[in-house]
Amino acid sequence: MNSISPKEKTLLEGLAKEDKNSIEQIYRDNYSMVQSLILNNNGSTDDAADIFQEAMIVLFEKSRTVGFELNCQLKTFIYSVCRRLWLKRLQQLQRFGRKADEMEEIVPVEDDLEMHEKRQHDFNLMETVMGKVGEPCKSLLEAYYIQKKQMHQIAKDFGYTNADNAKTQKYKCLVRLKKLFFAQYKTEQ
Amino acid sequence: MEDTLLIDAAERFARGEMTAEEKLFFEELRKKNPELDQLVVEQIFFLNELEKYASTKNIKHLLHETEGKLISEGMITKAPLKGKAKLVYLWKRSKRTIAVAASIAGIVSISVAGLVLAFDKEKSQNIKPLVEKLNQQDRKIRQIENKTNKLEAATGVDIPVVISPRLDAKFRATGFLIDVNNNFIVTNAHVVKEARNHLIIENNKGDQFTAEAIYVNTTTDLAILKVKDNSFKKLPPLPYTIRRSNAELGEQVFMLGYPKQEIVYNEGYISAKNGYQMDTIYCQLSTAANEGNSGSPIINKNGELLGIITSMETNAEGVVFAIKSANIYNAVEEVKKMKGYDDIKITSQTSIRNSDRISQIKKVQDYVFMIKGN
Repeated sequence: MNSISPKEKTLLEGLAKEDKNSIEQIYRDNYSMVQSLILNNNGSTDDAADIFQEAMIVLFEKSRTVGFELNCQLKTFIYSVCRRLWLKRLQQLQRFGRKADEMEEIVPVEDDLEMHEKRQHDFNLMETVMGKVGEPCKSLLEAYYIQKKQMHQIAKDFGYTNADNAKTQKYKCLVRLKKLFFAQYKTEQ
Repeated sequence: MEDTLLIDAAERFARGEMTAEEKLFFEELRKKNPELDQLVVEQIFFLNELEKYASTKNIKHLLHETEGKLISEGMITKAPLKGKAKLVYLWKRSKRTIAVAASIAGIVSISVAGLVLAFDKEKSQNIKPLVEKLNQQDRKIRQIENKTNKLEAATGVDIPVVISPRLDAKFRATGFLIDVNNNFIVTNAHVVKEARNHLIIENNKGDQFTAEAIYVNTTTDLAILKVKDNSFKKLPPLPYTIRRSNAELGEQVFMLGYPKQEIVYNEGYISAKNGYQMDTIYCQLSTAANEGNSGSPIINKNGELLGIITSMETNAEGVVFAIKSANIYNAVEEVKKMKGYDDIKITSQTSIRNSDRISQIKKVQDYVFMIKGN
């Protein structure tokens, strides 16, 4: 099994830093491979785009973990993840008649996908409570925590007279979000 | 310690923004106060979750952007999303074929006549019965042709001669009658805009009639069609009234539409008074709608028409938007000013107010049409 090349290592580091060009390059290098995998196994071009995107998120999460290393080629990893994701999707859709090519070199990705699923679940949980927190709280929190805007910029955008007032409002919103989050979190436990 | 102060402290603590002194003080405080400690742990956990959420959200956004770029380059094939809006119009874009009888008859008869001519020249005895047969066929086709021509003459509409014998229907949606005397039908503007050549309405029995869009307003997304075929039978007065005031939150409604080849019934309720991003032309419904539902009427139990289904949000399930019915009145006023259409009138007379749902549907379904064309 070939290990990762220096070029791929740079790409992954770029991905971890949310670098646009690296993401684009990974797409360019691997997309057609994934598309033909999906198309040859009862999928559509839209399915291919979805699966590839999800695999990119898996890769992104992996690239961000502490002590991350990839012991195979990037292509092999992406292929393995996509294959696994697609088989799962097929099972959910009960679209049978598949003949996933066993010939290709694949690496075990179960652990990565398990982690991905957990994160996906957490993401959905936060998304749900974000939807419940109401406006302008949602926009305010998103501006600060997701778009990482500076407080004075936020004050300007939202029409607060100064950054301190915006900050106070942000705190109130965060408390609300937190309450909603833990309420939801506890009911799920 | 106040909650907001605590958040501030915990946030700075988690990010390592505290000075050494401050940190020491804060940790001392946590040791002494288990309750505070618990709060800090909770806060840090929560901030962590929020941070993870943020990074996933950001990467998703980036991936979408990259995908969009590669789609425009043609490297990825996918139905591209229009702009940033997460709305989809509920009409079916399909390639189904509607046969146009007149043009088929025309083309077939031409080719058969040519064939007969060719055989005639040979004057072969053996072919004679065959020629006879072909001539009979020819006559039959001519009869059909005559009939269609008469029909054309009767309707006064010039059915354009199409080279291709088939009409590819590019889309399918829904519309409903608002004026039974003059046969005006309301549907969505985004539906009609796609019709460059033909616009056809079809009732629940499968009868088709040609129609013409006489009013298209893309701002309100409303269009008014007039049925052009004289064979379209006049229906009794409308069973529903069209409401001038806004729909109320929680009002139970039903709708009829053509997400498939036959009419489909559905139920829901008004879930918000405004539409996508607070658009006041629309109201929001909680229901399931499918492609083909664009233009479907929304009616309450008293037989009042409250709106017209238009679109749905793609990233939330069951969120559907409908144009408020009051906009129909505005559209009708506009049409009244147009030459030749000043006779438009909403002839409503609710006759389904006290009926049960099944008889309501039976009455209303005759007034709801499939709209298709290319």
